[in-house]
Amino acid sequence: MCLAIPGLVETIFEKDGLRMSKINFAGIRRNACLEYTPEAKPGDYVLVHVGFALSIIDEHEALRALSAISAEEKSAELKFTGENE
Amino acid sequence: MKYLDEFRNEVQASILAERIKRATKHSWRIMEVCGGQTHTIMQYGLQDLLPAEIELLHGPGCPVCVTGLEVIDKAIAIASSKNVIFCSYGDMLRVPGSRSDLFDVKAAGGDVRIVYSPLDCLKIAAENPSKQVVFFAIGFETTAPANAMAVKQAKRTNLDNFYLLVSHVTVPPVIRGLMDFSDSRVQGFLGPGHVCSVMGWGQYEELSERYKIPIVVTGFEPVDILEGILKVVHQLETGKSFVENQYSRAVTKQGNAAAQAVLDEVFVVCDQHWRGLGLIPKSGYKLSPEYASHDADLVFSTNAEPIRESSICISGDILKGIRKPKDCPAFGRECTPEQPLGATMVSSEGTCAAYFRYGRLEICS
Repeated sequence: MCLAIPGLVETIFEKDGLRMSKINFAGIRRNACLEYTPEAKPGDYVLVHVGFALSIIDEHEALRALSAISAEEKSAELKFTGENE
Repeated sequence: MKYLDEFRNEVQASILAERIKRATKHSWRIMEVCGGQTHTIMQYGLQDLLPAEIELLHGPGCPVCVTGLEVIDKAIAIASSKNVIFCSYGDMLRVPGSRSDLFDVKAAGGDVRIVYSPLDCLKIAAENPSKQVVFFAIGFETTAPANAMAVKQAKRTNLDNFYLLVSHVTVPPVIRGLMDFSDSRVQGFLGPGHVCSVMGWGQYEELSERYKIPIVVTGFEPVDILEGILKVVHQLETGKSFVENQYSRAVTKQGNAAAQAVLDEVFVVCDQHWRGLGLIPKSGYKLSPEYASHDADLVFSTNAEPIRESSICISGDILKGIRKPKDCPAFGRECTPEQPLGATMVSSEGTCAAYFRYGRLEICS
């Protein structure tokens, strides 16, 4: 139930007094409400749950997490090579 | 899909699994709080990547599962009323009440509609001014802001025929309940990532300190879960206990202040009955008195009858992490996703339903 999906903010508009956005989920477009992420702008990725963007995805944090694992991969590969020598 | 595929990467997952194996020196029991996390663990077979010393316990974080039977019965009664359009997320429709479910109401001619967002219901209410439009507002802190905004918008636009049937639950009180339980087996938690995107991870510091237990706020993809487990194991093996944030791409310490402000405006904290667990003090939200005219619980009177749950079902013990689906004599026999007996089988995110779907019984036996 707490499923939330990242999507790309494409356009921002107002509807019935609410800040809304057209969000692109890998080619599928749906509207989502930006009242809880008013600072979101086109080009941002937001985490959408039941039609509401709950947070803006922090790209720096996402890359940092992945690169930390990759760094381990490189050192593991080196270790593996060393063990075979 | 960006921010999903990277976190489902097999190479990254295998590196993390290896690191968990290297880090694990003792036996540990770790509970993932969310049903969505349980689903990922089962779907990707993550338990099989872990050393035998790590046991994953599956927590109470499936709101469909824990919504009280009496609330389901009330929803069915309201949906059966004349002049009502009853709206819900799809996964609530097949949850059995005492005698029937919302699909039965629909089959019998009731106007029951599946919606994607509570905002869809506002449109339905505006288009059907002579009808009473009721939305079934269940879920954790992740879902509550959407429902809060919907009823706030209804009030602002004088949409008098829109109502919420509210049965929200919140995570920290149930963690407290699990830890206060004398037979608690939990030694570390994977915290609820999407709940914390709203409420912030700072809310969990008090719990971690009080119970001296590691809590790692964790995302929902396989790489997230494995990294969360690794962080919990590191803490356990070094005798530490604090709150860490694995899901930093979506969660901050403070959470979403705008959403929290609307929650405070629209809801008040209340005691809540959890299916399988019973009454937990201050573990839910209900509408504040200012929204009484939109509160389906007050506006619609229904005849509540005494409710009896199945005597065989062990879902309460499963939600507490004491027992597993394989311990239940009814699992996969009298109790299936089509004919569920209790909380953990009623939703696809429930532990029993996930075990059933992904065939974990044979592996665990």
